[in-house]
Amino acid sequence: MLTVLISTIVLAIVGLALGLLIGFAAKKFDVEVDPRVESVQELLPGANCGGCGYAGCADFASAIIHQNADPSNCNSVSSEALKKIGLIAGHEITVRERKVAVVFCSGSYSHTSHHEEYNGIMDCRSASLVGDGDKECHYGCLGYGSCARVCKSGAIEIRDRLAFVHPELCIGCGRCTQVCPRKLIRLVPITAKVHIYCSSLNKPLKKRASCMNPCLACKKCARTDSSAVVIQPNLLQINYSNPPAPDFPERVKCPTGVLATAEQHLKLELLPANCTCGKETKKK
Amino acid sequence: MSLTNFKIWHFRGGVHPYDGKELSNQVPAQYAPLLEKYYVVLRQNIGKPPKLIVEKGQHVAKGQKIAEADGFVSAPLHAPTSGTVGDVADIPGANGPNVPAIEIIADGKDEWDTGLEPIKDWRQADITDLRHRIAEAGIVGMGGAAFPCHIKLTPPIEKIIDTLILNGAECEPYLTADHRLMLERTKAVLEGAAIAAKILNVERILLGIEDNKPDAIEALNKLADQYGVTVVPLPVRYPQGGEKQLIYALTGRCVMTGGLPMDVGCVVQNVGSCAAIYDAVAEGHPLIERYTTITGTPVVNPSTWIVRIGTPVREALGFAGGTKSHAAKLIMGGPMMGFAQMTLDVTVTKNTSGILLLSAKETGAYTSDPCIRCGRCVDNCPMHLQPGSISVMVESEHFHEAEHLNVMDCMECGVCAYVCPAKRPLVQHFRRAKSEIIAERQAAKAKAAMKHS
Repeated sequence: MLTVLISTIVLAIVGLALGLLIGFAAKKFDVEVDPRVESVQELLPGANCGGCGYAGCADFASAIIHQNADPSNCNSVSSEALKKIGLIAGHEITVRERKVAVVFCSGSYSHTSHHEEYNGIMDCRSASLVGDGDKECHYGCLGYGSCARVCKSGAIEIRDRLAFVHPELCIGCGRCTQVCPRKLIRLVPITAKVHIYCSSLNKPLKKRASCMNPCLACKKCARTDSSAVVIQPNLLQINYSNPPAPDFPERVKCPTGVLATAEQHLKLELLPANCTCGKETKKK
Repeated sequence: MSLTNFKIWHFRGGVHPYDGKELSNQVPAQYAPLLEKYYVVLRQNIGKPPKLIVEKGQHVAKGQKIAEADGFVSAPLHAPTSGTVGDVADIPGANGPNVPAIEIIADGKDEWDTGLEPIKDWRQADITDLRHRIAEAGIVGMGGAAFPCHIKLTPPIEKIIDTLILNGAECEPYLTADHRLMLERTKAVLEGAAIAAKILNVERILLGIEDNKPDAIEALNKLADQYGVTVVPLPVRYPQGGEKQLIYALTGRCVMTGGLPMDVGCVVQNVGSCAAIYDAVAEGHPLIERYTTITGTPVVNPSTWIVRIGTPVREALGFAGGTKSHAAKLIMGGPMMGFAQMTLDVTVTKNTSGILLLSAKETGAYTSDPCIRCGRCVDNCPMHLQPGSISVMVESEHFHEAEHLNVMDCMECGVCAYVCPAKRPLVQHFRRAKSEIIAERQAAKAKAAMKHS
C-alpha cells in the first residue's frame, strides 16, 4: 500500500515539476507565429510544387508576409484566393491570369523523319548531348519524357515520342519549362484555347521534309484574323495578349493542322497530312 | 639516347580491348581527292569560336584565313582549298547539337596563298614569332581535345616546364592515324617537337609510344637523336595515351585534381600537332588537313587518309571504298572515346582522328540494368574515381553529390562502361553531369558579374 502511495506521490511531484518547466519554457521561448502567415498558407494550393521558387507553400506564405514576395508568383492559386491573400498581406495585388504549359510541337515519331536509332539514356537532356536526338527537326520535341517525369500533377503525357499537356490537370508550376533542353514548353494564359503547335525556325521546305505537321508560315491564319497571330520569320505564333476564340481553327482550316485547340491537338494522330503545298513527306 | 635504366611507371586501372589496328596499320596513308564542297565547322577548338572574316561569294585561296581567333583561347580557320565561300548554315555537329559551318565551293585549281612565309632557319628565329606563327596557323590539340596549341606553348611565367612529352601512344583501338604519321612523316614530327621544345626552352623531350608499333619506333629511333628526342616504348594498355596517364608513365608525376600538366612541369603535345607545327613553321602551311583513319570491319579498304578539314563523312567513307556489309554504328574518333553519330552529314574537324564503322555483331543495341555494385569500374578507373556511385547520383539528378565525387576529373575514357557487366551507359551519365555542373557554374558566374555591375 505504502509503495503505491509513495510512487503516486513521487510521480505527481515529478509531473508537476516538469509541467511547470514546460509551461515556463513555452512562455520563455515562445516564437510568435504571425497569424497572417497561417491564413495565407491556407489559401495557397498546398501542392508544394516549388514553382514560386521557395521550398514549399509554407515557406512561400512566410515570404509573402515577411519579405514582400509577390503572391502572384504562384501559378496555381485562384484569383479569388489571390485577392484574399492581398487583403491579408496588405499588398497591392495585380491579379495575374492563370497559366498552363503548352508543348509547342506536333512532331510525333510517326509524323517526322528521323536519323539513325538512339539507344542511350532515355532522357531528353542526355539525348541532346548525343547527336541531338534522333528526329531530323532540331527544334522539335525529343520525346524522352524529361518533362513528364518532373511534372507533379501528371499533366504531361508522352505518346508516340511527343509530349502532350492536359490543360485541365496542369497547375502551371513551370517545372517542365526548365527541364526541356529544346525550350519548347512555355506557360501561356489559360484563356487562350488555340495554339500553333510548332517551334521550328527552319525554312518551310525543310520543315516539310522533316515533319508532317509543321507551321509552314503560309499565313492563312493571319489572313483570317491578323490580330490573332504574331508573324515571325518562318513561323507564326498566337498573339497571347489577344487570344482568338476556340472556333478559330474551324475558321482558318490550317492546312497542316498545326493551328488547333488543345483537344484537337490531343487527337493529333488522327490528323491527315493533307497539305499539298510542299513536297511529299519523306519517311523512313 | 640510351634507354637503359629508363623507368616506366604503370598507371592504375585501364583495360586491354581488342585493338583492331591490323585492319589498317600496314596501308600507307593517301591524299584524299579534291571534293566539290567542304563544310568547315566554325567551332573546332575548346574556348571561343573564331570570328568569320569572309563574305558569301568571296573567292578564297587554299590556306587563306576564313575566320580569325576571337580572344586568346581561340584558333583561326583556313580554307581547305581554293574556291568560293558559300552559305554559313547549321550542319550536324560531331559532338551533338547542330553547329554553324562555312561552305567552301572548290574551283578545282587548289592554289595556295596562305600569307605565311616559311621560317626555314627556325633555330635562329625569335620565340615570339614562332608562337605567333603557331597561333596564326590555327593549330589545336589533334589528339581529340582540340585545345589551342599556342596556349600550351605559352605557360605562365611562374610554371617551370622541364619536359615536353609527345603523345604517340595512340591507345584507342582501331585508329592508326598517328602510327602512319610517325612512320611516314617522322622528320616532321621530330622537328615540330624540336620547335615546340625551343619555344618552351626545355631540353628533355620524351615520346611515349605503345609497343604495338615496332616499325614506327624503329623509324623514330633512327632520327630521334638528331632532335634530342627520347623514344619510350610503353606497354599496350588503354588509356596509355591519356594525358595524365602518359605523364605518369613517363615521369612518375601525378597531376592533381583540377590541375594541368604544367603544374608538374610537363607539356604534352600530340604527334599530329607536332607535325602541324612543323608544317606551319618550316613550310608556312596552316592546319587544313590531317591524318584520319577510316576503318572498321564493314569498310571495304580500311586505311589512313590525309583528309582536309571540312570533308563530309559521307565522302570520306567513299575514299575507303564504302561499305561491304551493314554498318550498325558510325563513330567519330575511336571506339572508346569517340562519338556515335546519327547521320553521315557530319564533317571532319581538326580533332577527327578516325571515322569508324562497327558492324551489328561488334556493337548493337542492349539494355542497361541497375548497378550491381561489383566494383569493376572502380578497379579499372584510371582516374581513381567511383564511376558506379557517380552514375547513381546522376540518375537521381544529384549533381552536387556527383561533383563531390569528382566527376569533373573524368576524362570520359570509357573504361568503366567497357567493363560494366550491367552495361550501364556510365560515360553518358558523366557527360550529362559535367554539362549540368558547367552550366550551373556559368550561371553562378553570370549572377556574380550582374551583382558587381
